[in-house]
Amino acid sequence: MDITFNNVSYIYQENSPFAHKAIEDLNFHIPSGSFVAVIGHTGSGKSTLIQHLNGLAMPSRGEVTIGDFHLKAKEKPKNMRELRSKVGVVFQYPEHQLFEETVVKDIAFGPENFGVEKAVIEERIRDIIPAVGLSEDILERSPFDLSGGQMRRVAIAGVMAVQPEVLVLDEPTAGLDPRGQKEILQMFYELHKRQGLTTILVTHSMEDALKYADHVLIMNKGKKYMEGNPVEVFTQKDALHKVQLDVPESVAFLSKFEKRFKYSLPFKGQTVDEMAEDIRRVVQGGRIDE
Amino acid sequence: MREKLIEFRNVSFRYREEHPWVLKNCSFEIYEDESIAIIGHNGSGKSTIAKLINGLLFPQEGEILIAGKPVTEETIWDIRKDVGMVFQNPDNQFVGTTVQDDVAFGMENRGIPREEMIARIEESLTAVGMQDYHLTEPHRLSGGQKQRVAIAGVLAVSPKVLILDEATAMLDPKGRTEIMNTLNQVQEKNNLSLITITHDLHEVVQSDRVIVMNHGEIWDEATPREIFAKKHALREIGLDVPFVAILADELQVKGLALTKEPLNHEELLEELWTLHSTT
Repeated sequence: MDITFNNVSYIYQENSPFAHKAIEDLNFHIPSGSFVAVIGHTGSGKSTLIQHLNGLAMPSRGEVTIGDFHLKAKEKPKNMRELRSKVGVVFQYPEHQLFEETVVKDIAFGPENFGVEKAVIEERIRDIIPAVGLSEDILERSPFDLSGGQMRRVAIAGVMAVQPEVLVLDEPTAGLDPRGQKEILQMFYELHKRQGLTTILVTHSMEDALKYADHVLIMNKGKKYMEGNPVEVFTQKDALHKVQLDVPESVAFLSKFEKRFKYSLPFKGQTVDEMAEDIRRVVQGGRIDE
Repeated sequence: MREKLIEFRNVSFRYREEHPWVLKNCSFEIYEDESIAIIGHNGSGKSTIAKLINGLLFPQEGEILIAGKPVTEETIWDIRKDVGMVFQNPDNQFVGTTVQDDVAFGMENRGIPREEMIARIEESLTAVGMQDYHLTEPHRLSGGQKQRVAIAGVLAVSPKVLILDEATAMLDPKGRTEIMNTLNQVQEKNNLSLITITHDLHEVVQSDRVIVMNHGEIWDEATPREIFAKKHALREIGLDVPFVAILADELQVKGLALTKEPLNHEELLEELWTLHSTT
């Protein structure tokens, strides 16, 4: 589903002495099927932004359009429930939301609430369990007897079982070990491709944004600070440093290399292997004329 | 010769008799003023080590000595004066209603006189750069600031060792940098060993020595440079290696003869420049 923010502002506790603008005049468009990374510091408005995607927050000004759904100030759409079945949100530490006696009941809770038939739910669960990297023998176990990584996968399966078209991920790898982080992101990437999802990933990792996203949105103090394809955005080192964000390590290294060797070797999205080849060429190329 | 501060002698631990061993026959030593990183996959036994050090858990087999004293039910109260811990979640360990109350909490439990407490609060908050926040309430602080207050609370009782159990895992990059800078300063000014349990490679690179855990056993114990030279094996046990290590590897494959495992960008650049100048 296409997502459009049109002059969206969100003000907490408007018309009170505590009024606080969390989002200001936000404009962007995400075509259906994109994988978008949203990056910014704590307090930059990222969380408020994603709350607009399934109507947990309604814009104070402006309009949010998600597919055929329209969210406007003081105008609650009648089909909010349908919107929420189309937009799945994996919140931070989603395993904290597990509550049922068994894994299978926990996963079924979402689709049941949206009125999906029992037989259909069972079929979906059979499908989703291997996709999130779990095996069927845990279905009858208590989710609280599982490891942290497994619990997170169960929570994710619960979101996927509703079969959303838009998937919103709020720092989905926080607290996992390196292998767990890689596996979870790779899993989301495969679900994204296989099911033709529109995916919004909130992350602090420039490396992950570079690896998976086709579009990057940088937020700062409630406003859109930068937007574009990852290579375009991440090569603007000075602009990112200005808001105390780093560039991916590969970009940072190449830029230091350029300075030291006085040789132009821009980042164009090379793999580490390609980058090593570029560097080897310059290093073994003898003296470079200045 | 530096003093041995922590010693594990053939330590094994499991939660219950029918459960698998979480730690299997682990032996290692940590010295005064040393900074140690413990890494390993989730469930590898890292946090269990921390809990055994200050007597939150006791081993079924083997012996643990802190500054020469064995950790037992009788000694834990003394040992906890020497071992300070900061945990992962900044919200779960804030006990005071203001920053200064929170820092005072540990000292109150130890019956430290009021005048001395006031001096130590000032001193430890200054050490973590939070001296302007004495009366601030916790909900007005960022995650990084809360963790700095937690560190101040530990410093106020002047322990011999500070253990950080994934203390930066829930922080954003800015918060992580704050904590790293704080720790560097604190370690410089105090006689303190530091044990960091972490997945963050920057924290690992800054330590003197690394203990790598895998399935409850010590997989390796060496300097960060030696550890990251084993990148393929590290990846096999589910761990990460820094970007420079991966790039250095690719460069070697392409025939650039590097003389040592680089730990940061500058070291790798220096090597490349040397190679370039001699070409």
